[in-house]
Amino acid sequence: MIENLDKEIIRKLQEDISITATLYKEIAKDLNMSEDELLHKVKYYNECGILKRIGAILYHRNVGFKANAMVVWKIDNQDLDKIGTYITSISEVSHCYERKPCSSWDYNLYTMVHEKDRVSCNKIIEKIANTIGCANYKILYSTRELKKTSMRYFK
Amino acid sequence: MDSIDKKLLNLIQNEIPIDKRPFKILGQKLFLTENEVIKRIKKLRNEGIIRRIGGIFNSREIGYTSTLCATKVPENKIEEVASYINGYEEVTHNYIREDEYNMWFTVITNSEENLNNIIQEIKNQTNLDEIISLPSIKLFKVKMVLTF
Repeated sequence: MIENLDKEIIRKLQEDISITATLYKEIAKDLNMSEDELLHKVKYYNECGILKRIGAILYHRNVGFKANAMVVWKIDNQDLDKIGTYITSISEVSHCYERKPCSSWDYNLYTMVHEKDRVSCNKIIEKIANTIGCANYKILYSTRELKKTSMRYFK
Repeated sequence: MDSIDKKLLNLIQNEIPIDKRPFKILGQKLFLTENEVIKRIKKLRNEGIIRRIGGIFNSREIGYTSTLCATKVPENKIEEVASYINGYEEVTHNYIREDEYNMWFTVITNSEENLNNIIQEIKNQTNLDEIISLPSIKLFKVKMVLTF
């Protein structure tokens, strides 16, 4: 159960945190709580799965990852778990979801692949396709980023 | 960016320790002082390499629900449609992709009902013929870490 105090903490942690040697202490001060209490809470969120991690998110285009492909696959239902688990092991794949298909778009597995350029991206996709034995897939490269923000909860 | 920056980026994308002195811990792994780690992170942020440092949450565990939507937008209407759709803070990502379904955006909100209302409203306001919604059934992986 997420209480009001948890919401306040989450609101703080989802911002761009300013970097100091004792950053949790500064956040705790803003929230009127002790550093130990805050650290205890944050560790708990992490353990129970609410918080995936405290970490850095990069501007991937600025660090040379220019190609971004969404690959959609049509996979037999009984093979989904096996294939999904395999795809998870590929480091260039950042996201992998099973999604509910619809009549005009019947792909059920979605993967995001990030690489330096399309040639390297295509190589990875080809390797995946060969390994899982799936020919029914489509590569959708992004050509324009219209919006990209981090979700802000409890606003 | 030198090789130490790259190692540092690999580490901090995975985790900034939940500890009283997180940068001291990172420094020990890289044979750097705490101050040096902080200086490098600040530099990487100012150079437009680091977008954000903070908590990355599991939206489902927090009680939010989301979907991926796709629609076909004529080339000359992209700006207008995007500016309407992007006005929703529940829309966090929106991309043009190479397909007949050329606009792909995500909607995330605190209830199924809200989610459906937003999609319906977008459809009505933009006069799009069709918006497909592809909610996730199973999450196999979400981890945006770029390895150098």
